[in-house]
Amino acid sequence: MKALRRLFDFHGGVKPESGKSMSTTSPIRPVPLPARLVVPLGQSAGDAAIPLVSVGQKVLKGERIGGANGKVSAAVHAPTSGTVVEIGTATMPHPSGLAAPAISIEPDGLDRWADLEPVNLRATPADQLRDLARDAGLVGLGGAVFPTHLKLHPGREGHTHTLIINGAECEPYITCDDLLMRERAAGVVRGAAIMRELLQADHVVVGIEDNKPEAIAAMQAAAAQAGTGVEVVAIPTRYPAGGAKQLIRVLTGIEVPYGERSTDYGVQCFNVGTAYALHQAFDQGIPLLSRVVTVSGNVERPGNYEVLIGTPMEHVVALAGPRPDSNRYIMGGPMMGLAMPRLDVPVVKATNAILVGSPTLFAPPPPEQACIRCGECARACPADLQPFELYWFSRARNFGKAQEYNLFDCIECGCCAYVCPSHIPLVDYYRFAKSEIWAREREKAAADQARERFEFRNFRQEREKEEKAAKLAAKAAETHAKLGEGAAPAPAAEDDPKKALIAAALARAKAQKDAVTPKNTEGLSAETRAEIADIDKRRAEAGLTGATAAGEAAPPAPDDKPAATTRDA
Amino acid sequence: MIHSPFIRKPASVQQVMFTVLLALVPGIAAYVWQIGAGILVNLAIATVTALAAEALMLRIRGRPVGLSLGDLSAVVTAWLVALCFPSIVPWWLTVLGVLVAIVPAKHLYGGLGQNPFNPAMAAYCTMIVAYPALMSQWPPVGELGFAAQLDLILGGARDLDAITAATPLDALRTGLRMEGANVATLLEQNRTAFGVLGGRGWEWVALGYLAGGLFLLARGVITWHMPAAFIAALAVISGAFWLAHPEQFAPPLFHLASGGAMLGAFFIVTDPVSGATTPRGKLLFAAGVALVAYLIRNFGAYPEGIAFAVLLMNMCVPLVDMKTQPRVFGHRGEKS
Repeated sequence: MKALRRLFDFHGGVKPESGKSMSTTSPIRPVPLPARLVVPLGQSAGDAAIPLVSVGQKVLKGERIGGANGKVSAAVHAPTSGTVVEIGTATMPHPSGLAAPAISIEPDGLDRWADLEPVNLRATPADQLRDLARDAGLVGLGGAVFPTHLKLHPGREGHTHTLIINGAECEPYITCDDLLMRERAAGVVRGAAIMRELLQADHVVVGIEDNKPEAIAAMQAAAAQAGTGVEVVAIPTRYPAGGAKQLIRVLTGIEVPYGERSTDYGVQCFNVGTAYALHQAFDQGIPLLSRVVTVSGNVERPGNYEVLIGTPMEHVVALAGPRPDSNRYIMGGPMMGLAMPRLDVPVVKATNAILVGSPTLFAPPPPEQACIRCGECARACPADLQPFELYWFSRARNFGKAQEYNLFDCIECGCCAYVCPSHIPLVDYYRFAKSEIWAREREKAAADQARERFEFRNFRQEREKEEKAAKLAAKAAETHAKLGEGAAPAPAAEDDPKKALIAAALARAKAQKDAVTPKNTEGLSAETRAEIADIDKRRAEAGLTGATAAGEAAPPAPDDKPAATTRDA
Repeated sequence: MIHSPFIRKPASVQQVMFTVLLALVPGIAAYVWQIGAGILVNLAIATVTALAAEALMLRIRGRPVGLSLGDLSAVVTAWLVALCFPSIVPWWLTVLGVLVAIVPAKHLYGGLGQNPFNPAMAAYCTMIVAYPALMSQWPPVGELGFAAQLDLILGGARDLDAITAATPLDALRTGLRMEGANVATLLEQNRTAFGVLGGRGWEWVALGYLAGGLFLLARGVITWHMPAAFIAALAVISGAFWLAHPEQFAPPLFHLASGGAMLGAFFIVTDPVSGATTPRGKLLFAAGVALVAYLIRNFGAYPEGIAFAVLLMNMCVPLVDMKTQPRVFGHRGEKS
């Protein structure tokens, strides 16, 4: 037996009341089939899947109904057998309440399976296995839903030093990973073993917060039984120890910087749920159709449910018995979860929990007070940032300074806002600053493109002018030659090209002048033109104008009459 | 719609300020016990003035009066002003001092959280420059009853020699100016005035502040950086001078126990609003205050230099913070 693994520390973090015990008293419960399942096509961090079925088509449980669209995408499947009743859009489980493409299925109640094909791991090449993972709809079930197959590549060196299986589950109230590990430890360990093969990992470590002794014991037993050298490690309970970067730091001491991939540091990290889903997909041929969801908070029967993807949240919440004063629903944990605009949205692969709030539970914070720079936030920040500085900069719209102080290293874990004695919604300020910066970058990119096009147009027109002048000069020279003034052919020939050159220069000057002279819409600045182009583009996208494609509408229309006329004159 | 996080630690500015007030109680108790109850009158005058000024300024600035008045920050400022002024100053001096702290030093810069200078220290500096005599008249230890103190506070006639005493720092400073004076003999001769550590009676007050400061540390309201750096820096620099010329410079313990050293270490330099915020910045800031304070005590025109030192270091805070940003997770020391 190896010596105990040395654990590392990460800065900051908080220890909120866990609220976990209420949902761990009973095993994972099944959920009766809802009347309708709405399966969103975009359930990975990448592009939405392409529908593979048509309305009215009968589908079987586990049948692929949406295919991966490109590299960063994953498939979606029919969670039960039934009929495709609609391929359209549905409200997504997101605070925006926006709709996105989804396939609606009316279950036939028979739950008939499609043919399941377990994968022969030995006989299948690794590349094909990754494709199979993609087609099984595997995404990170910790909540980030990044397509799993993209992470199953060994790093640059052809092997991974440490494969980390994330069972930390640091968010308060959520216990779906806890219950999964307690009840299905063998499957999780098996999934980890498959991942190890694909990653060529030297070590496999399962990190579990030490407030889950049952899960740790179950996983240790399963690991010992499997004998695959999977190490199960209890880590100190401190939010956000379950953040991938924090867990990697705790278990290996490696800090993966913002914007870089852990693979390049020899580490890869997967959620326990993802490992279990991989085991199901490869060993049993069952694609990702359901997941464990914690329903907790202001409910009579908090617990964990095995929920089919696409089940309306209200259907699941009803089983847990929400109390009458419930007025708030959160997908995910109380630290990083998303407030749901309504409850008829579907459970998706990212739904690890549905928390029910009341006027006293998960209530809005007291009114915001002045920041006294007490530094509590800086002491709580796991990214070692100075959150109050970022707050001042964001508030002042001093975005450059905010970036200089590493705004984008913020993981929005919420620790700073959690501890703030002034009740400042700090994370909201960072989200605001980030989105403003993104918007500005997009605008700048559009303006740059517009400027490039504008400059190229000028260049082209100038070139045409010169070509025309040259042609004229040549013609003039020809005429001179024809007239046969043999005595002084040279000076005339010299004279004419000179004239042509002067004419060309005049034309150029005029063109430049035209370019800067305001002339209704023709002489607008590149930015304004970009803006107009942008508006046209949006119109085009909204279907307001038929033919105006974005590219054509961009800056100067090639045949702007007045300008051309003056130049030709 | 509200966004994550949906849970919050039960903490508030009011709670933080209340804890600071609570932490001042041991020092105040020692003050009353050793020096006299006059300080209580001054504390009351300061508190009322501060609340009135704060309410007025909030109203003028169009801010929610109730919410901000309830944060107790004005009361903390008031108490600190009262505690760093001599406890027998006439009432109007306290009122003026508090007004300086609240109106220009705090609200004219934008109110709570915006003031670049420590309000209490701004008040102290303004008043010691404007009323140097009154601001130097400290009550003699154990010789002035409450009635006498009250009379002075309310504007009674001042027979200076009879009613006031030089503080130990002042006494030592004046004593050393005499021909052939020597620290050791001065301390020895005036044991009654200087006490064991740094001023009879005042030692207890300093111990009270120390106790309160440790309470603040235990409650996590302040971090160890500032008090530790302040005390260490003061000890090191006074120790160096003392070791080099023991006849001219007082020992470190004397410096730590006298004047506003303990109040400064735990309650003044630790003001989060006007002080440095990064861990290394805090160390630099507090050490800087101690260094400048020591230099003023020994070579400047005033017997106590903490207030000026704090204001000077307040000016350096933006630079100190900028240059001491901690390493961000995953970054490899590309920033100093």
